Amino acid sequence: MVTGAALSDAAALREEAWRVAGAVVDPEIPVLSIADLGVLRDVTISDGRVEVVITPTYSGCPAMNMIALEIELALDKAGLGPVSVKTVLSPAWTTDFMSEDGRRKLKDYGIAPPAKTAGRRALFGVEVVECPQCGSSDTVEIAPFGSTSCKSLWQCRACREPFDYFKCH
Amino acid sequence: MATTSITVRETPLVRYLLRRADDALILGHRLSEWCGHAPTMEEEMALANMGLDLIGQARSLYTYAAEVEGEGHCEDDFAYLRGERSYGNLLLVEQPNGDFARTMARQLVYSAFIHPYWRALMASPDATLSAIAAKAEKESAYHVRHCAEWLIRLGDGTRESHARAQAAVDHLWPFTGELFEADADEKGLVAEGVVPDPESLRGAWMQTVSAVLAEATLALPPNGWMQKGGREGRHSEHLGPLLTELQYLQRTFPGATW
Repeated sequence: MVTGAALSDAAALREEAWRVAGAVVDPEIPVLSIADLGVLRDVTISDGRVEVVITPTYSGCPAMNMIALEIELALDKAGLGPVSVKTVLSPAWTTDFMSEDGRRKLKDYGIAPPAKTAGRRALFGVEVVECPQCGSSDTVEIAPFGSTSCKSLWQCRACREPFDYFKCH
Repeated sequence: MATTSITVRETPLVRYLLRRADDALILGHRLSEWCGHAPTMEEEMALANMGLDLIGQARSLYTYAAEVEGEGHCEDDFAYLRGERSYGNLLLVEQPNGDFARTMARQLVYSAFIHPYWRALMASPDATLSAIAAKAEKESAYHVRHCAEWLIRLGDGTRESHARAQAAVDHLWPFTGELFEADADEKGLVAEGVVPDPESLRGAWMQTVSAVLAEATLALPPNGWMQKGGREGRHSEHLGPLLTELQYLQRTFPGATW
């Protein structure tokens, strides 16, 4: 039997755990939190214990283990631990999960955000990527696989600066 | 006492998952062998990235196999504690890297098959299989595109690069027949509608491969003798040395962890 008070405690705990877990940043792109990325899927409370549900961006993303550890540490530090972190695969993450705020932060950081819709056309058609430095669309792909699996390397023909593009996925 | 080998309780689904995971792990390992040796910095990144995608896919499949098997094994046990004869990967993926053209040709013929395969598997009523496939298909799509671009550049390049690209395709062709095979266990899963029949992807595969070869001015090899045996654990002489390297640490220091 769950009392009214216990229920509201659980709701408050969930909200706080969500806030703390959501603030954990991607170790490879430290301007993005896992809430911005859409990697944080759910937070559940059972018997006062927190379970955080996350989803990987890519099958082999090496940041996932690090993120799970950071979540445990952050919740523990906030006095909400011990916590368990569960990884789910469905529905599959796509760049469409990234928040507007996340896209803006990426651009400010110098990484071109993913083209809006992660469809077939975006994957195989000609992509138009705006230079995050000067805003020009006169850009060219240098390498389809960049410094991390989520990015490709581009160069702007207008300002000549090379830049990373967060691939549409 | 930590063990140096495990016995897998094989059901048709466990066997199927291990076979597909083995393909991804072994090919991912082969690509990682290019680290420090790739022709350019950008290609070094690309090969490592593709290798990472494949090893990630292998991890998802091994983890699911452990769950289905229910014997307390984990992904690492399947990778590190099985011998050569227990591995059921395609002979294609264990073939050595050779020159850059051979690596790209190997990656193209595999990716051109596995991309439509993952797409078909997304329709599986098995929710975990469908979820693994949904992640993997996008990664494989990038691999097809990347390898196709390279093979076209090499085939339609200099006389030397053309000759080496053609030699690579000709050399690997006898290993492509195995892509479309299904053993009795897998046929059962196909009949139940859990997984797609690999044979049904032959048309899509041929279409991609022949279009790329045509643009690369490379000749499609004639359909001759096809090698097989990988799915049953009968491997070429190349898998043993690869596993020796991959499993060295666990076999030398059983149970070692970071």
